[in-house]
Amino acid sequence: MKELIAKAAGLLESNTVQVVIGYGQGSADRSRAIFITQPSDCEQLIFDSRCIQNLAVYLTKAEIKKMGKPAIVASIPVLRSIVQLAAENQLTNDSLVVLGVSPESQLVEFESLAAIESYLESHKIEIDEKYRKIIEDIKAKPVAERFAYWVKELEPCFKCYACRAACPLCYCTRCTVENNQPQWISVGSHPLGNLEWHIMRAMHLAGRCTDCEACYTACPMSIPIHLLTKSMLQDVNENFGSYGSSISKPNSLSSFNPDDKESFIR
Amino acid sequence: MSNSNIYVPYLMRIEKITQEAPGVKTLRLKFENEEDAEKFDFKAGQFGEYSITGVGESTFCIASSPTRKGYIECTFRQAGRVTSALANAEEGDVVGFRGPYGNTFPIDEWKGKNLVFVAGGIALPPMRCVIWNALDLRENFKDFTIVYGAKSVADLVYKHELEEWGNRPDVKLVTTVDPGGETPNWKGEIGFVPSVLEKAAPSAENSVAIVCGPPIMIKFTLPVLEKLGFTDENIFTTLENRMKCGFGKCGRCNVGEKYVCLDGPVFTNAQLKQLPAEY
Amino acid sequence: MQTENYLIRKASFEKLFNNLIGNGKTIYAPKAQEKRILFEKVQSFGELAEDYIVATNSAKSVVFPRTEKVFSYKKTKESTEIIDAANDTFPEVILWGSRPCDAAAFIPLTDTFNGDYPDVIYNKRQAKVYVLSFSCRKCDSYCFCTSVNGGPGNTAGSDILFTKLSTGDYLAEVVTEKGKQLVSDNSSLFETKPEESKDQNLAQVETYFNQEEIQAKLQNLFENPIWDEKSRACLGCGSCAFVCPVCSCFDLQDEAHGSKGKRLRCWDSCGFGLFTLHTSGHNPRETQGARWRQRILHKFLYMPNKSKTAGCVGCGRCSRSCPANINILDTVTSL
Repeated sequence: MKELIAKAAGLLESNTVQVVIGYGQGSADRSRAIFITQPSDCEQLIFDSRCIQNLAVYLTKAEIKKMGKPAIVASIPVLRSIVQLAAENQLTNDSLVVLGVSPESQLVEFESLAAIESYLESHKIEIDEKYRKIIEDIKAKPVAERFAYWVKELEPCFKCYACRAACPLCYCTRCTVENNQPQWISVGSHPLGNLEWHIMRAMHLAGRCTDCEACYTACPMSIPIHLLTKSMLQDVNENFGSYGSSISKPNSLSSFNPDDKESFIR
Repeated sequence: MSNSNIYVPYLMRIEKITQEAPGVKTLRLKFENEEDAEKFDFKAGQFGEYSITGVGESTFCIASSPTRKGYIECTFRQAGRVTSALANAEEGDVVGFRGPYGNTFPIDEWKGKNLVFVAGGIALPPMRCVIWNALDLRENFKDFTIVYGAKSVADLVYKHELEEWGNRPDVKLVTTVDPGGETPNWKGEIGFVPSVLEKAAPSAENSVAIVCGPPIMIKFTLPVLEKLGFTDENIFTTLENRMKCGFGKCGRCNVGEKYVCLDGPVFTNAQLKQLPAEY
Repeated sequence: MQTENYLIRKASFEKLFNNLIGNGKTIYAPKAQEKRILFEKVQSFGELAEDYIVATNSAKSVVFPRTEKVFSYKKTKESTEIIDAANDTFPEVILWGSRPCDAAAFIPLTDTFNGDYPDVIYNKRQAKVYVLSFSCRKCDSYCFCTSVNGGPGNTAGSDILFTKLSTGDYLAEVVTEKGKQLVSDNSSLFETKPEESKDQNLAQVETYFNQEEIQAKLQNLFENPIWDEKSRACLGCGSCAFVCPVCSCFDLQDEAHGSKGKRLRCWDSCGFGLFTLHTSGHNPRETQGARWRQRILHKFLYMPNKSKTAGCVGCGRCSRSCPANINILDTVTSL
């Protein structure tokens, strides 16, 4: 990734950015996010199949924001998160420099967030057939069976909130679960509490999730919670005609159009 | 505890509620169980976990003196979920209490010395316990100075007791409010506690200082005490970290190798200087 | 008690398992699933995971569950009744397939939950747990037990330690009275001491650092940029603390259902932003760097100094599970 390294180093040298957020060598067969402030350290940047963590999560992290304006290495999933963050007013054109990486591992530069959005037109979200089938099968179960299915799947969940921590769109400074007046969601890990948390998380991502699967990858218990978010994605698409938001078009779930479908109101 | 399960609280009944200041209440609690009342004892400086079952627990010092038997008191400001529930409780309601936890003010070591108490705002409660404890044993101590201040006259807690202390010939009481917090007939000082303390200039000779207040007050009071000649071993304070279990297991109040709930909350300034700055 | 050595033949090993199940014992063992190996209740020998280094989660749940009811209550107009959960019956559990690192972790855990305020519920559970561990034949780059006074064949914390020999039979080291009781209940399966040594059947775990040296170094590293540096990628979740066999921080939460309810002790983590937050808004550990520092100092300095127990057993789970691939070994060796 010589081009990427050179570009990143250049941005630091000219002080256009103060930190480069990218992937570096991790432990064993994984990569680890690195935060480069010295141009010569850009040599540490890598990009290969190990690089699956969604780096956009660091764009809203206080300690990283304090470092200054970032440049961020962004594969397709990261680009989608960046656009969603921009649509939610968390980023502007001046907030960052995006060093896109195409599926062919080529450096792609963007002049603006709108340019990223155009680029993503040719890389639209598509729910894989494999997942469509699983979700269909689960939805086909009678309610009691579906409930039991999820209670069982969520049993290993011990409320570490890695899913929340890894999701680039979970950036609330005080999460709903961290409020106790009232205590909306139980703190402990038990069947009801686990359901409460995961349903709430999926609902809060409705219309916002960009299908990066960071939640699933982050889960130390490998619980397939991305099935919930993918299911939400499908539902939102069916009812509102798009998966997520765009910078020009407001969020499906926080805007109202007179010709919105109302088929779900019974 | 009333039984061996360290998480199970004593059941207490609220005997009396006093509105001390806006948002600040004192609860006088009696043990539901006679046996618990008889066996219970504590020393000045200790704290407890006060709770309403179904809502949760909150950490406050025991604000009454151990020399007064038959009840304990706590004073708190309504600030969150549990304190709101406690603030809404009525006389006759049942609350839970786990304690006493923590270490104590070494009152025995202070015998024969001058005592200087410095407190601000809602931090008077932990001191009130040791003030009454010492006053109940008044003959053991020499000069008694209390410097106490709050944002405004309305925010002063224990107003009746301040009057009582002020009227005693064997106590020098200096009360102050922040500039702008005075009322037309306010007779006390106007100024922040550290500067009022400096003005009062209690002697450091054979003296012990007990300081309690918000971090910002402590920050500016300690240099004044140092200037007056108080040594680190003779300045005592109580830390108010976030605490949950009260017995050194949940991890919240861990500072360096110490647990504020086990090794504190009473610390000398010398001990505080040994701790990493994480409190 | 002096450790007693026995031999268990390959065939007898499965018989031992079946005997235990047959006698109505509850067995918790690593069970392999698609992407994880979890300590779960198992019913048959076939369910047991083979060929694993450590299970994904730790075995601490058997003595320190994720949520533990400490008491329940009933409110009436007149008063509140408290029903002490310490009076409940706690199940006898056989932990089958913990590693020496998992077993060693029970020592600091038990120390934390005792001291001046013994936790009766923890102790009741612990009294009923039999720890049957297996030595490690292999390890990976995440393992570092030998750096923290542990080892792939250590018996500390186990009631019986099994080591698989080249013949397929097992050396059984019976360490405690509890272990001895299990042996005598199944005496026909335990034969005399085997000829083959344990050491040739153990993994070679690289030693990366010396615990005592690190302890000394950490005394002076409170104010050091390394904490911010190493924690930049940290997302502030609770994965590391929750998969850790030693971590024991907890929260106390009330759950009410009308006039009844209970108080629960739930897992918590010093890595969460709100862990030390005061009601006033002041947070002594405001940055993730301060919280990462706490994790390292608590495990490698405060605990060894204060309670003379290990704060970390070198199992590597935290690093394996970390969504950001932060590696505790990497931080410690960089000091």
